[in-house]
Amino acid sequence: MNYNWNWGILFREPFLGFLISGVQTTLVLALTAWVLAFTLGSVLGVMRTLPNRGVSAVAAVYVEVFRGIPLLVWFFLWFFVVPELLPQTWGRWLKRDLPDPEFWTAVAALGLYTACRVAEQVRAGIQAIPRGQTMAAEASGMNRVQVYRYILLPLGYRRIVPVLTSEFMTIFKNSSLALTIGVMELTAQARQVESFTFQGFEAFTAATVLYVVITLTVTVIMRQVEQRTRIPGLLSAKGT
Amino acid sequence: MRHLILAAVAAALCATSAVAQDLGPTLTKIRTANTFTIGHREASVPFSSLNQQQRAEGFSIDLCLRVYEAAKEQLSMPNLAVRFVPVTPQTRFALIANGTIDMECGSTTNTIARQGQAAFTATTFITGTKIMVRANSGIRSVDDLGGKTLVVLPGTTNEQALKAYIEQKRMQVRILNVRDHAEALLAMETDRADAYGSDDVLLYGSRRRARNPAQYVVVGDFLTFDPYALAVPRNDSTFMTLANRTLARMFRDGSFKAAYDKWFGPLDMPLNPLLEAAIQLQSIPE
Repeated sequence: MNYNWNWGILFREPFLGFLISGVQTTLVLALTAWVLAFTLGSVLGVMRTLPNRGVSAVAAVYVEVFRGIPLLVWFFLWFFVVPELLPQTWGRWLKRDLPDPEFWTAVAALGLYTACRVAEQVRAGIQAIPRGQTMAAEASGMNRVQVYRYILLPLGYRRIVPVLTSEFMTIFKNSSLALTIGVMELTAQARQVESFTFQGFEAFTAATVLYVVITLTVTVIMRQVEQRTRIPGLLSAKGT
Repeated sequence: MRHLILAAVAAALCATSAVAQDLGPTLTKIRTANTFTIGHREASVPFSSLNQQQRAEGFSIDLCLRVYEAAKEQLSMPNLAVRFVPVTPQTRFALIANGTIDMECGSTTNTIARQGQAAFTATTFITGTKIMVRANSGIRSVDDLGGKTLVVLPGTTNEQALKAYIEQKRMQVRILNVRDHAEALLAMETDRADAYGSDDVLLYGSRRRARNPAQYVVVGDFLTFDPYALAVPRNDSTFMTLANRTLARMFRDGSFKAAYDKWFGPLDMPLNPLLEAAIQLQSIPE
């Protein structure tokens, strides 16, 4: 291959700065979106397990709409289409007056999309608990809020820690799609290094390594969470 | 027996290297594959873009097709096929370096830094950075951008020049990054941005695609000097000579100007005196 390798480029300014700011944006974007996804996803997941048909139908419609449309399309819809559908003053606010509109649009797109996936996992976690537990709680005089607060949620969340780990990792990787609406996160910065220097292989190798470091860190942290929150007696093997 | 095999291998090696010396790696590859591969852009109007039938067309494509005809002649291969591969600013140099495309026919500025990864033919166009604004916006140059939103394509020479100028003048300008020219125009059409910074010719091309072209004007002085050229593989003088010879003949016999009129006439864009000079300077005689 007729290519000039130059790894030094990655450690030279301003390219090192590009990559560092890319990592920062990726982390802030993914973590903010995760807070939104986890909060909204938990509410929706609980809604789907409630006996009230109307409430659970609302959550079901949300989940089906959001997971039925590709994330890339969501980014485009939130950024270019939604502001046009709103009343003009609101649309203008979203496009101009909101500080950092690309970033916050990306947080909304990523968070609302991931929320539907978290919702399904929370629902699965709650529904995996034997019915007898709910019955026993009700028989001992707990109301519905108490049943969720003391029985279903603590048990449900602890069962789904492993699947939430992969969801948490996915949000870091999915955040790379935010470059399509102009958020300068890690992949966008790698592309920028490429177009300034034409050292594309080095730039994308750096991005790859940085993504692996981020996701491995997530894995290590979540392993700890998993061990701390393990339900005694549910998983016989120690550790993983 | 072993000597015989070695001799045969040596002979074969000599044969291939002799051919390689005559034709250079690129033409040898073209001959072996029986295909001339052109890298094209998807939305660099009018240089290189996809038309309604999803075929590559444009000014740079017409130039490259002349080089393809010349390659056909030099190789005496009348049935040489031509293949189009879409490229982006991010992939174009990698695809030349790894041999996927033989020639990039888009709107690529020749810079010293880029010459480390690809070689450039004679200059095929000269342009520079300007901005496109709404005709009724009152913005007449980059100096009027204070407090406004400017849309650019990250990584382009235009972005670097505009950012440097804005920084130097200590203006407060919000920068919006988008992926391609189509999205930049969309940002203008949806009123997300007040100005769109790019090479003037690309701005004229984008304006033509707008819902109402009369709504936009291209303003400002050239902030940069961007000579465009076709990018070809490095260290292959045979192929470079073939391409430059073809271009020189086009500069001399007027077919370059004819191609210019065909693609830039409809844009209503005056012929830049620098390009006129470049045509004369590069009309190298036989």
